[in-house]
Amino acid sequence: MSGVKTDSPNATAGRLEGLLVEFDSPTALVAAAEQIRDAGYRRWDTHTPFPVHGIDEAMGIRPTRLPFIVFLLGFIGCIGGLVLQWWTNATGASDFPGLPTFLQGYNYLISGKPEFSLPANIPVIFETTVLLAAFAAVFGMLAMNNLPKHHTALFASERFRRVTTDRFFVYVDAADAKFDEGQTTSFLGGLGGSQPEAIHDIASSPSALPGGLKVSTLILISLLFIPPLVIARARVAKSNEPRIHIIQDMDNQERFKAQQAASAFFADGRASRPQPEGTVARGDLRFDTHYYEGKIGGEYATTYPEQVTINEQFIRRGQERFNVYCAPCHGLGGAGNGTVNATALRLETAGWIAPTSLHDQLARSRPLGHIYNSISNGIRSMPPYGDQISPTDRWAIVSYIRALQFSQQADLDDVPPEVRPELR
Amino acid sequence: MASVPNEIDNTWNRPGERAPLITGGHDFTSLTDVACGPAETYRPPRAWYIAFTISVVLLAILGASIGYLIINGVGVWGVNNPTGWGFAIINFVFWVGIGHAGTLISAILFLFRQKWRTSINRFAEAMTIFAVMCAGIFPGIHVGRIWVTYWMGPLPNQMAMWPNFRSPLLWDVFAVGTYATVSLLFWYVGMIPDLATFRDRSKNKIRRFIYGLFAMGWTGSSRHWHRFERAYLILAALATPLVLSVHSVVSFDFAVSQLPGWHTTIFPPYFVAGAIFGGFAMVVTLALPAREMFGLKNIITLRHLENCCKIILLTGTIVGYAYLMEFFISWYGGNQYESFIFRARALGPYAWAYWTMITCNVLAPQLFWFKWCRTNLWVMFIVVMMVNVGMWFERFVIVVTSLSQDFLPSSWHYYVPTAIDWLTLAGSFGLFFTMFLLFCRFLPMVAMAEVKTVMPHADAHAHVPASRSFDYNPDDFEPEQEQK
Ligand code: HEC
Repeated sequence: MSGVKTDSPNATAGRLEGLLVEFDSPTALVAAAEQIRDAGYRRWDTHTPFPVHGIDEAMGIRPTRLPFIVFLLGFIGCIGGLVLQWWTNATGASDFPGLPTFLQGYNYLISGKPEFSLPANIPVIFETTVLLAAFAAVFGMLAMNNLPKHHTALFASERFRRVTTDRFFVYVDAADAKFDEGQTTSFLGGLGGSQPEAIHDIASSPSALPGGLKVSTLILISLLFIPPLVIARARVAKSNEPRIHIIQDMDNQERFKAQQAASAFFADGRASRPQPEGTVARGDLRFDTHYYEGKIGGEYATTYPEQVTINEQFIRRGQERFNVYCAPCHGLGGAGNGTVNATALRLETAGWIAPTSLHDQLARSRPLGHIYNSISNGIRSMPPYGDQISPTDRWAIVSYIRALQFSQQADLDDVPPEVRPELR
Repeated sequence: MASVPNEIDNTWNRPGERAPLITGGHDFTSLTDVACGPAETYRPPRAWYIAFTISVVLLAILGASIGYLIINGVGVWGVNNPTGWGFAIINFVFWVGIGHAGTLISAILFLFRQKWRTSINRFAEAMTIFAVMCAGIFPGIHVGRIWVTYWMGPLPNQMAMWPNFRSPLLWDVFAVGTYATVSLLFWYVGMIPDLATFRDRSKNKIRRFIYGLFAMGWTGSSRHWHRFERAYLILAALATPLVLSVHSVVSFDFAVSQLPGWHTTIFPPYFVAGAIFGGFAMVVTLALPAREMFGLKNIITLRHLENCCKIILLTGTIVGYAYLMEFFISWYGGNQYESFIFRARALGPYAWAYWTMITCNVLAPQLFWFKWCRTNLWVMFIVVMMVNVGMWFERFVIVVTSLSQDFLPSSWHYYVPTAIDWLTLAGSFGLFFTMFLLFCRFLPMVAMAEVKTVMPHADAHAHVPASRSFDYNPDDFEPEQEQK
């Protein structure tokens, strides 16, 4: 224990970084740490193979602020998880107009459940909280410890290699305000450990990063940017070539084309199956032509079918359906002046055929079954509505059209006597 | 595998005296030597090569069967119309469950200050990571078009639609994703000091560089240790509710649906207990050969194994209770669909699977009431193998019985897995064991730094009895000797 060991190979080069003392047991180390702390050193440390119990007090290490960082990040994770779910599932494009599509929420309805319901969001909130908190704990710890740091001056010492196995070390940094080579050496020598070893900074330490490594890592990283750049460019560039179609996603499937002789799907060469004998397809059992087609014996019916009863409630139903399905074109009063017609005229749509006024002579003379048929199958340029409106509702609309037509042709006698004065 | 006589019996409990957790009179030096042995020996034992070859072959089978699946579509599996969740989901739940023991040992036992965890926590955590890797494959490949699996993540698709956050399947993505990430961090952070040990002991430059890279320049500084321990504690505190949540969320996949046999509130606790049960069985399955192969018998002692057996007994009994309770409720609840499905489980077309499960999961662990069984390695091995099988069948029974006999009897369909199903399952074991064997070979299998803290020498305040004190003198140390 007499002065600095000079036979160490490290002593020949570099600046003095600090002094290293070795101890054989945690007990001895803790005792020494207390003395160094009391001597007033600030930039020093102990190095041990495992966390030694009681060393924090012996060195005067203050509790770390890591838990606060973890809490903060955990809190952000919690709020972030909540906002993410609210934003993506409970807001829509119309709530925040002007956002790019990939930032818009999409509030679709699932099984009639509320768009935003906290209980259903708790699992994800919990996971994001834990995830961010764990990141904070790990990366916060590493950052506060100034890691990763591939090389430190200490690695120059051969004996220090046992710090991770079974030896205990004290290291006093030469940058400490109280550091004085001679004085500190003799102080450390008297602590009951080995004689202090001077640690010098040598650039060619065996543990240092190989020189070419940094350059090659940099090159590698910059090479990694090329594919994403190519892709990014391809997204905006135009090309005459068809897209490369790697993943087919069932885009090209076997199919039966019109002029093809026989399909490969079935042994008989057909592409679909004929109806088995003696069966009726669902919804095809419609013998009652009066009710379903508005025809009796091939002629348009002039009466209502027996399935419907004409009363005020029925006609009101017809009014309500008419206003939904027909009024956009034919107008609420049936005069052919609905909003669609108005828009088409305003835009001067070429070839526009105006909806017929339901009050003109032809329309009034049509039998009930004819109007019914016009609704079911459409007429001339008017599209069919049969698959949107049920037969009963179609008959209700017919009855309402008749009421509309009557309202335009009635004379004073048809009006109840009590309202007659109002019309004069 | 060794027989009992050459084991040191440290399973005794004497009042006032602590049974040693590390046997064989080890000190820090010799303990490090033993624990680093597997990674430092030039040639691992013959058994390692054999096991590794088999595992890699199985891994190749996994790759081939997944490739076959991708090219041909999920039709190559045995899934049929009512049974849309076949092996893929069974295997997923099975593997996720296995992982739980690792986190339990590393986090929950840490919070409970169970010192015996230190010998087995590292490889149990590794087991977690590899099991979650295996688990993660299955939901990914069972979606059919695996190239759009990223739709599971929180990203808008081309129609600007986001995933539905009210669905348990999405919770699952978050739960398993977080679990995998946190487990990996926990494992890696705990390993940093031991990687530094590897770095410092390595005798060639490349080895020193690579381990040094991953050890991140760890110097064992007490100021670092202080934050390290705090971070570790926080991670344990975070991982504990996390591990309970993960299998709960996995159970929501079933429990939130409205299928008889699935729609029960007992599922979350029952799944968690089952996961820990199955996971511990896997820990013992791995520990038994590993300690033999790499001479770790003094570190993973009989006492450690016995403790694992006790946990297996406890959780196995909880699982048995849950099975019983399900039956009770199906009768007591008076719902005819529920009672039908449970009758069908025990007596219906899948009765063979059900009774395999009961035998392996409920009856077999009861042997562990007897200390002789808890300390006999062969009995232990047979029981844990049965539990491994039984836990797989538990998931089979849950998934298949409820699905194959749904509400409409005309669509009932008996589920028969195909050869590809079986090969994929076997292949996932290949992945698991390949990773595990590589881990044993190249990474610190024992948490050396942690084990040292539970050795009697580590206590800076208590004076170590003379017989146990250091038998070496620091001045004798010649660095050059270490180098050669
Ligand atoms: C998309 C606009 C549109 C809607 C909606 C519409 N129609 Fe028409 N409708 C027309 C047009 C246009 C004509 C004239 C077709 C022509 O002359 O080519 C017409 C003609 C008619 C006629 C006269 C047919 C005849 O006998 O010559 C009737 C009756 C009629 N619609 C009834 C209805 C009823 C009832 C509804 C509601 C179910 C309805 N329309 C909904 C556009 C519409």
